[in-house]
Amino acid sequence: MANFETPELQETVEIPALKKGVMSHSRPFVSKEQFQAPLGFPGELADDWKDVAIAKLGELLKTNRALQVFMDSCVKCGACTDKCHYFLGTSDPRNMPVARQDLLRGVYRRYYTLPGKYFPKLVGATDLTEEVMDQWYSYFHQCSECRRCSVYCPYGIDTAEITMATRDIMNAVGKGQKYSNEIIGKVFKIGNNLGLPQPALEDTLLGLEEDVKDETGIDVRFPLDEKGAEVLVVTPSADFFAEPHIDGLIGYAKVFHAAGISWTLSSHASEAANFGLFIGSNENMKKIAMRIREAALDLGVKRIIFGECGHAWRVAYSYLNTLAGPFDFLDPRYPVPQHICEFTHDLIQRGVITLDKSRNDHRRVTFHDSCNVARASRMGDMPGGQFVIPREVIKAACNHFYDMAPETIGEATFCCGGGGGLLTDDLMELRVKGALPRMSALKQVVEEHEVTHMAAICAICKSQFSKVLPYYGFQMDQIISVHQLVSDAIVLDAQQ
Amino acid sequence: MFVTVLFALLFYVATAIFLVGLGMRIARYARTPAPLKIPTTPAPTTRGGVVVRMGTEVLLFNSLFKANKWIWLFGFMFHVALALVLLRHLRYFLDPVPTWVVLIQPFGMYAAFAMVIGLAGLWARRVFVERIRYISSPSDHLMLALLLGIALTGLGMTYLWHTDISAVKLFFTGLMRFELNPLPTQPLLLLHLFLVASLMVIFPFSKLLHAPGVFFSPTRNQVDNPREKRHVANVKWMIAVEKPAASADQ
Repeated sequence: MANFETPELQETVEIPALKKGVMSHSRPFVSKEQFQAPLGFPGELADDWKDVAIAKLGELLKTNRALQVFMDSCVKCGACTDKCHYFLGTSDPRNMPVARQDLLRGVYRRYYTLPGKYFPKLVGATDLTEEVMDQWYSYFHQCSECRRCSVYCPYGIDTAEITMATRDIMNAVGKGQKYSNEIIGKVFKIGNNLGLPQPALEDTLLGLEEDVKDETGIDVRFPLDEKGAEVLVVTPSADFFAEPHIDGLIGYAKVFHAAGISWTLSSHASEAANFGLFIGSNENMKKIAMRIREAALDLGVKRIIFGECGHAWRVAYSYLNTLAGPFDFLDPRYPVPQHICEFTHDLIQRGVITLDKSRNDHRRVTFHDSCNVARASRMGDMPGGQFVIPREVIKAACNHFYDMAPETIGEATFCCGGGGGLLTDDLMELRVKGALPRMSALKQVVEEHEVTHMAAICAICKSQFSKVLPYYGFQMDQIISVHQLVSDAIVLDAQQ
Repeated sequence: MFVTVLFALLFYVATAIFLVGLGMRIARYARTPAPLKIPTTPAPTTRGGVVVRMGTEVLLFNSLFKANKWIWLFGFMFHVALALVLLRHLRYFLDPVPTWVVLIQPFGMYAAFAMVIGLAGLWARRVFVERIRYISSPSDHLMLALLLGIALTGLGMTYLWHTDISAVKLFFTGLMRFELNPLPTQPLLLLHLFLVASLMVIFPFSKLLHAPGVFFSPTRNQVDNPREKRHVANVKWMIAVEKPAASADQ
């Protein structure tokens, strides 16, 4: 299938012996001027790129407390060294979180600390050179910003913050990543990551209405740009046509139909994902987030609900109020924004919608906690609601649910291997190897409980697993949307 | 007399660097904005909850316990022992010695052994565990050597070559009143004091900043309430670009 070997599945998480530099060749395509310009970044390295990079680092240290504290605080205790899925899957020591951080920390120490200025060798400080920049480009594109390391660090050092800062520095000197930057350009120009214009979107949604009608005989609507709807749904654009995402979108529509709550999608904000997060660019993240505010104002909705999307939910839950708030024009009885699982869960609890679990009896299901939902957001009122609520929804929709090993779910969940701007074919080796811990945990429940499907609530997870499942001997359609389970179980005629 | 003046100067300078350096660093941490909400979740939803989280982090090393039981064991042993030893040393600076300092005295004496065991364990891991060896720079080894040196010279004076401890106390209480009292010139004592002064000088410029740093770590000290309370910070990109952000701040 490719010019690398798929790792062998493991019984439990095994810590590999170090193989230095084995992943130094892995790097995504570099962005070109045409993709850099719309984001406000230079197209290529200028002569003074080192000065610009060092100045940018200085600016970030002054405007991001996390970066400053994280640069200083690491004691090299080793707690994080065996926590990254990319290290576990590749054995490259630079994929140990602390070693990844040290690529930036060495430069920080050289230019911004006294010992680094006078005794660089002693404290591991390094000059910024082209070679260092190459290492940055390679290894800061082998971090999916999943925050697993930050759970275990005694000081809460989050490598994601350091990855984002370094990518921001690289963009500032014209060394951006094509995949993320091209996509952000599409969002600015067309409204979503896939570059799906309004007429195409409308067609797709009409097609879905027909499909559901054929299948159920019921007129379930998929409204677009409908002013005066109660709810604006913002969902990842993969939900409009990719498998298994689209079955999730059908699920949302059926839930709204059954609950009798009017809703609409927006062609202006036809994308939940915010890749500004991945590249650590607050300016771009804010600009992308503003589309959602504009759409909500324009359409006059009372609530905003996000579809199944992991990093999107992080930006929505944790940042939207900061980036595009305040949302005092929305109905104050509901949190802004809400997650579709919170919405569906509440309707199930109150008995507004009815699910017939037996319709999913042919499935034995497990649940993959998506990294940014798990460790960078919440659902419901209590800490950890992000673990409880999706499981409650799944259990309400099917009879056979089995969790994977506890050290691989909840706050300890492993990233799918494709998050944080790495879901691109030029990083296939990394993606396959990074999926090893999750695939091993899946195999265990497949063997113990005859699990047939893994449900997820993230567009990236779903795309990533469709692609990597076959490498490990599974079927690509074993990954499904949580709302696909809801879609198949929901009793629609009860409301008629 | 020469030694007394030298060490008096050394401790004045070391204390000044320690206090000013640390103070400036803490001021920098406090001044730097945390533009976004980034608590590692699940996180507490109230201030009180954050105090509890920080407490378990600082007093029990909760996250480290989850990460690795060996590092936790040695690290916890070292830090608790160090705290006891430091508190025990208050008897050399305070007159009269408070009762509680008298009470912990015996624990403080044994704690020195725990400190050595903890440090030795951490150093052994740094040398023998491949992953940790890979991430260690010379300064990481030197830091352990320095701490171990302080502990061993201290133990040496407690059990092998006693020093005139009341003279030492007169020297330090004198320093605090800007008076010079003669410092005993026993080599082990001078080495012990020199290493301690070095540690104080190094503190504000090294990874020892993890001590104040942890309290400022946004992933640990932020309340998880972004939907309930709009988080704003004074950074250019947040306030400059658009209008609504500046309008209302709850």
